[in-house]
Amino acid sequence: MAGINATRLVKEYPGGVRGVDEVDVEINDGEFFALLGPSGCGKTTLLRSIAGLEAISSGQLVIGDRDVTDAEPGARGVAMVFQDYALFPHMDVADNIAYPLRIKRVKRDDRRATAEKVADGLSLQGLIERRPGQLSGGQQQRVALARAVATRPDVLLLDEPLSNLDARLRLEARTFLKELQRDLGVTTVFVTHDQAEALALADRIAVMKAGKLQQIGSPREVFQRPNNTFVAGFIGSNPMNLVPATVSAGAIAIGDAVSTTLPPGTEDHVREGQSVVWGVRPEYLRWTTADEPGAIAAEVSVVENLGASVLIAVHVDGHKLQVVVPEDHEPAPGDRGYLVPTGSKTLLFDAESTERIG
Amino acid sequence: MTGSTETVRKVASNTTVRHYLARVAFGLVLTIVGLLFALPLVWLVLAPFDATPTLSLEWPDWTLDNFARLFQNPYAMRSIGNSLLLGVGTMIIVVVLGALAAYAMSRIRIPGRDGILYGLLLLSSIVTGTAAMVPTFQIITSLGLINTYTGVLLVLAGGILPTVIFILKDFMDSIPKSYEESARLYGAGPFRILRDVVVPIARPGLAFIAIWTIVQVWGNFLVPFILLRSPDLQPAAVLMYTFYTESGQADLRLISAFALLFSAPVLIIYFVVNRRYGFRFHGGIKS
Repeated sequence: MAGINATRLVKEYPGGVRGVDEVDVEINDGEFFALLGPSGCGKTTLLRSIAGLEAISSGQLVIGDRDVTDAEPGARGVAMVFQDYALFPHMDVADNIAYPLRIKRVKRDDRRATAEKVADGLSLQGLIERRPGQLSGGQQQRVALARAVATRPDVLLLDEPLSNLDARLRLEARTFLKELQRDLGVTTVFVTHDQAEALALADRIAVMKAGKLQQIGSPREVFQRPNNTFVAGFIGSNPMNLVPATVSAGAIAIGDAVSTTLPPGTEDHVREGQSVVWGVRPEYLRWTTADEPGAIAAEVSVVENLGASVLIAVHVDGHKLQVVVPEDHEPAPGDRGYLVPTGSKTLLFDAESTERIG
Repeated sequence: MTGSTETVRKVASNTTVRHYLARVAFGLVLTIVGLLFALPLVWLVLAPFDATPTLSLEWPDWTLDNFARLFQNPYAMRSIGNSLLLGVGTMIIVVVLGALAAYAMSRIRIPGRDGILYGLLLLSSIVTGTAAMVPTFQIITSLGLINTYTGVLLVLAGGILPTVIFILKDFMDSIPKSYEESARLYGAGPFRILRDVVVPIARPGLAFIAIWTIVQVWGNFLVPFILLRSPDLQPAAVLMYTFYTESGQADLRLISAFALLFSAPVLIIYFVVNRRYGFRFHGGIKS
């Protein structure tokens, strides 16, 4: 078992493009850690750099108490499950799981015994003699996991572990992964572009964009207190409403007519006339037909049914906002009413630097 | 209303008639083409058992004398062995070097890689056989390899390798890199990866290359004809050229019997390898 410590890690491609740009990250021993970001943000490159499949251009990488910046992939104590699982099609499940042991010159009988034990632990009983091609996607994933944990690695790396599974299986596999990680207690880093997956699985999340770290924090932290507008817009199944506004007379002025109160704790950090972005999640806006103090007048334009709730798009002085409304209380398109933000859950960002204020 | 149904029916029956005629004509053409290809093969099977074979196809006057005479020829059986030696030798060189080169070509970025490949392929297919006869002879002579198998093997393997590398590189390209990366993570080195992962997955391709090489060498007349002097070194394809009667006529009795023996090993190899390995391919998941 071991933690991972990356210091000013850079992966530069020929031509000067930086896939990973000065990333500092410390992953604790036994932690379930997510690298989250849109495609092309460098999250997979960072994972592959940790694995040793990409040569690190500069910076330092420590796993446990060993500097592995220039170590061979096989000498880092890491195991990885690839997005396509990379199961060898010409070997049966047992041979696949035991392959790492074969390289370590473990005897054939011991290999077989270990493979069977690990396979049992991942409910692959009875499949041990099949070829990967004869397995379902979920089973293939479990074989890949079995192969990865068979050698008891210090660090387990997962590249988009759920993306090759169909939607229903994905939820099942998600629970399964979390259980497995907890049981093994192995430091696990996984890459995903799906914020819901990261929020559900990870102990901590690193959000990346264009090779740079945007924020590291627990799911709650990145959800509730995003560092900047990018993280705010990326996290959450309904993206946060980000409304350009200005600070005016101790309140936030949206356009000419509408204004709302400053989020708590930001009063001392803003100046009069400052351009800001006001952020509020659709879940933290309440729709009402009666005017209240701090309420914002709005007009409903689109209503989308989400099952137990309804997502409505409203116009506020030329800006479009989304609001989640419980079922049975949904307005109709064209209705006029008011939005009441939950004051403690609103955020303020600087318009220029996009960083959170307060 | 009735008029239009009538027309529809007439048109329909016209199309069926035309359809059938077209199919009959098509079948006829195929039969003729098939016969054209089949007749020489029938000759190949029948003529050796004919006491007086001619170049035309006729019902044989059954005998095994031709084979008896062939076995009395001191060079005949030995030449089949020589062919086998040259074929298998070239095959081993080509498969080993071809697999290594194709793997490297597929995985390592070299500037102008495709240019090199296409250049090799083009040169090896244009400058070949008769065109390269004199220079080949001169090079092998100055290397002192005239009348040796080393010389023949080098020239044969050199001529086949570019095509083999080209075909195998395509095969290697289609093996997902994640397989090797996965093996690397468990501590496997390049040769280990080649042996455990790449070769088993590329096996159908390698089997194809092996057979193809043997067949190419088996039928090659020019290279051993130019480079070998002693009759006891000559492979079957060259030896057949010496089967003349005293009057200088082609000895069809010997030639036909030898031709049948000559074609048998290649067919056997093909069927054995095909049954054993099959021309299948294991793909990746998202292929």
